[in-house]
Amino acid sequence: MDTLPVASGGAADPLTPAQLRELYSLMVAVRHLDRSAIAWQRQGIIPGYAPELGQEAAQVGSGYAVDTTRDFVFPTYREMGVARTMGVDMVAYMSTHKATWHGGLYDPLKSRLAPIQAVVAGSVLHAVGWAHGQTLDQKDGVAMTYFGDGASSQGDVHEALNFAAVMKAPVVFFVQNNGWAISVPTERQVAGGSVAARAAGYGMPALQIDGDDVVAVLGATRRAFAHARAGNGPVLIEAMTYRRGPHSTSDDPGRYRTLDEERDGAGADPLERFRQRLLADGIADEAFFAEALAAAKAEEEQIRTGIQALASRPGTEMFDLVFQETTPALQAQAANWREESEHV
Amino acid sequence: MSNSILESVDAAGDSTPGRTGTSAGTPASTIVMSMQQALNRALDEVLAENPKAVIFGEDCGQLGGVFRITDGLQAKHGAQRVFDTPLAESGILGMSVGLAMAGFHPIPEVQFDGFAYPAINQIVCQIARMNYRSRGTLPMPITLRVPSFGGIRAPEHHGESLEALFAHVPGLKVVSPSNPHEAYHLLKYAATRPDPVIFMEPKSRYWQKGEVNLAHGEAGAGSPTGAKVMREGRHLTLVAWGAMVARCLQVAELAAEDGIDIEVLDLRWLKPIDAEALAASVRKTRRAVVVHEAPLTSGLGAEVAQLITQSCFDTLRAPVERVTGFDVPYPSGDLEDEYIPNIDRILFGIQRVLEYKRG
Repeated sequence: MDTLPVASGGAADPLTPAQLRELYSLMVAVRHLDRSAIAWQRQGIIPGYAPELGQEAAQVGSGYAVDTTRDFVFPTYREMGVARTMGVDMVAYMSTHKATWHGGLYDPLKSRLAPIQAVVAGSVLHAVGWAHGQTLDQKDGVAMTYFGDGASSQGDVHEALNFAAVMKAPVVFFVQNNGWAISVPTERQVAGGSVAARAAGYGMPALQIDGDDVVAVLGATRRAFAHARAGNGPVLIEAMTYRRGPHSTSDDPGRYRTLDEERDGAGADPLERFRQRLLADGIADEAFFAEALAAAKAEEEQIRTGIQALASRPGTEMFDLVFQETTPALQAQAANWREESEHV
Repeated sequence: MSNSILESVDAAGDSTPGRTGTSAGTPASTIVMSMQQALNRALDEVLAENPKAVIFGEDCGQLGGVFRITDGLQAKHGAQRVFDTPLAESGILGMSVGLAMAGFHPIPEVQFDGFAYPAINQIVCQIARMNYRSRGTLPMPITLRVPSFGGIRAPEHHGESLEALFAHVPGLKVVSPSNPHEAYHLLKYAATRPDPVIFMEPKSRYWQKGEVNLAHGEAGAGSPTGAKVMREGRHLTLVAWGAMVARCLQVAELAAEDGIDIEVLDLRWLKPIDAEALAASVRKTRRAVVVHEAPLTSGLGAEVAQLITQSCFDTLRAPVERVTGFDVPYPSGDLEDEYIPNIDRILFGIQRVLEYKRG
């Protein structure tokens, strides 16, 4: 499905070999870090993690379209691949999974990535507000908000789509339909079977794409950004993918899907698909792939070392970061806490 | 009031009779206007002074809001600064978060108190927490105006008192003006703060006129923070906010006829509560009754009573009394006078405190 008018300008330009190789390197880095994070959890380095295994093409492809000098991205808790693609400090990002600070330790304004969001569909409306701010300021930034097939059931998604369409806000709604909302499959989640199909009701162009094809994802996202940036209003992209792993490190998919169902539903691995394509097109060779994997491993080691070295935040921050202007009651509680906490 | 109450009042302090806070000489900067006009004027000035301030909500634009609080503001400041949104409160508040992240000062309106409920997720989980979640990098300077409380014979969900709910949420501040002067100054102050403020407007007082001293600072308005003594007295402190302040002032006048000298403390800020003002007043009067429209159980009156007990336990002559709404859904118009604390019920509360005998 594709109801987005064909873009003018450079949005549909073919990717250079260097860009294609960069996409692959990013996907390998994300895949390796994602797998490692599960291992970290098993080793007790972090208490929990929400893997994005199988969604590397959707996340790297869409994140690659972001212009971090002017755009702003609103993630959920499963957009590690987007964060990595946007160049966010990954120790600061992964700190949320170490239970250091809910939103992560990265600076959202500098990295152009809103704090990690644990409320399903919580930040979809924020993207609309930020984007409308661009309109009011006569700037050309675009907001991209991520959500899933499960979140599409939330009323806030309807409100966000309607507000954005009414106000012609420059928003790209990027839906990763990964087939599962914890244990509930899309067919029992999304009536009609497609989130993208709903966009028509808002008079909003939409694309339903192969979310496991990184080049297709990047192309669609670039077109959507160009459309929104030109003042034509919001676009919805539904990237069809598959959550190959558990919902989180606390989840047990064996209780709701068999391995056979998992294999059939997942289809071909997006990373392997892209590797075969680069090989077939003569863009990259085995030496390059080996180099990319080695770089991913070195990067993961560096991030793991950083995470392990990360100290707990001082308890005073509990009190100091609630308000910009604190209150006497908070100051009194902080003073009590200091007095009554021997370890401080 | 019966004589027995009078007899139970201790002879305390000097014999200065109670008086209202209005001074005899009216300053040149004082004009008479309704609370609706005072709020409208405050918003007009905020828009003029802060180019990043934006006002939006249901019917806020051309119509000027169902209570006309934003009347004329779109015509004066433009449809970019004052605009209508689709009819969805979560959308209005969620959008406010994004605008605040983009450097704006959103002043959204929820049309009636009861319609804050559909937006609770965005208010509690997002607005109240974003500064914390982002470690102070994404402040939420959002001033949420909520026409609040009862008293206008409105349909269901149009007469709610949500202050305890909001005050319980870490990251929110809550304020309610009691008259046009307070409305003007508290809104101007709230709408320039870097933190989220729930601004609860007592809708039954919108059309009451009063003197507004437009001058800022000590010469005029005084401090916009903390509580405010609206009437000084020696025998008992009535603690109230919003529309209940005017009612308590009426009660104080009636009690004065019986020689009971009542102090009326307008709490104004429901979070943070001015614990020092409560202590100062009740240390003097040694008795307190807190009055609110919200239901009794877990209402803000309990918080006020505890703060008073904490600071004044040794001087209190009686337990702090609460005169409040009941633990029932806000009733239909025919019954709302039975629900909202009226003069008689407040007087009975005063009587219980004055007649209290230690066992």
